[in-house]
Amino acid sequence: MTPDPHGEQAAGGHAEIEMPHASMRDYAIGFLLSAVLTAIPFWLVMTRPLEAGATAAIIMVFAVAQIIVHMVYFLHMTPKAEGGWSLTSLVFTIIILAIALAGSLWVMHHLNTNMMPMPHDMSQLP
Amino acid sequence: MSHPTSAAAEPVSFYQLEEHAHPEGHSTMLGFWIYLMSDCLIFSILFACYAVLGGSYAAGPAPKDLFDLPLVALNTAMLLFSSITYGFAVLQMQQGRVRGTQLWLAVTALFGAAFLGIELYEFHHLIEIGATPQRSAFLSSFFTLVGTHGLHVTFGIVWLVTLMVQLGRHGLIAANRRRVMCLSMFWHFLDVIWIGVFTIVYLLGVLR
Repeated sequence: MTPDPHGEQAAGGHAEIEMPHASMRDYAIGFLLSAVLTAIPFWLVMTRPLEAGATAAIIMVFAVAQIIVHMVYFLHMTPKAEGGWSLTSLVFTIIILAIALAGSLWVMHHLNTNMMPMPHDMSQLP
Repeated sequence: MSHPTSAAAEPVSFYQLEEHAHPEGHSTMLGFWIYLMSDCLIFSILFACYAVLGGSYAAGPAPKDLFDLPLVALNTAMLLFSSITYGFAVLQMQQGRVRGTQLWLAVTALFGAAFLGIELYEFHHLIEIGATPQRSAFLSSFFTLVGTHGLHVTFGIVWLVTLMVQLGRHGLIAANRRRVMCLSMFWHFLDVIWIGVFTIVYLLGVLR
């Protein structure tokens, strides 16, 4: 048989269903990190030791960090999971998500700034 | 082809005529992951709506007047606890204990129900004081985004109960183990979405 580009997939079928293996250590680390990454943003917003702009930037960074913690320790994401297809679909989703969010904000911001000033009473319009 | 001499001996095949064996459910985990990614796209649109409309109060109440952060913190804790208890259920399943798995699934469902109860209390309070979805674009997008997440948690609880019954009837058969892992992904995914909700809607809303 010629060397097969699909590897063992085409050769002999799939012997065992692949399941991510979870461990107590993973869940404990994930839980502790999540608790810290949740508590700090709430503390920052509720007591306001910093100004609003800096607080907003910090809590966004914490949210992204916590999402990564959840992906790794709770959802057991690895680059090799499902032969890389999990990560591929995740990257695709993140790209779409970024386009939808950034695009909406960008377009709507420009619409708002370029909007003609309107009188409050619409009946006065010609 | 890298071996032209051997390729010349046999005809090159570009496809397989015989279907090779696929054990039942071999692609379920990937398929379910792709479903979750599509769900993520739904939420990305709802987040985009909230990001655009979140500042349009129509002279109505703003997040600062409405949101009770200690209550949101309690809610977040409920969902985080339910995540770790689901992890315990998966660990029990890996050790082959049906009763332990069911027990931790039940604890997870209780935390999920507590989360839902607090959220419904908050919604009820908001509607009571006149901050209904009809009041402003901010409130419409708020109720749509947070309500959709709450709806997912509701269906997650329905699935948890169904799975507990399934485990009681058939034990830890391959199909049930697969279901436990799929619901695990679904449940942890809801927690990931909630990170976005409490950061963008509640914390950034109060800062605004």
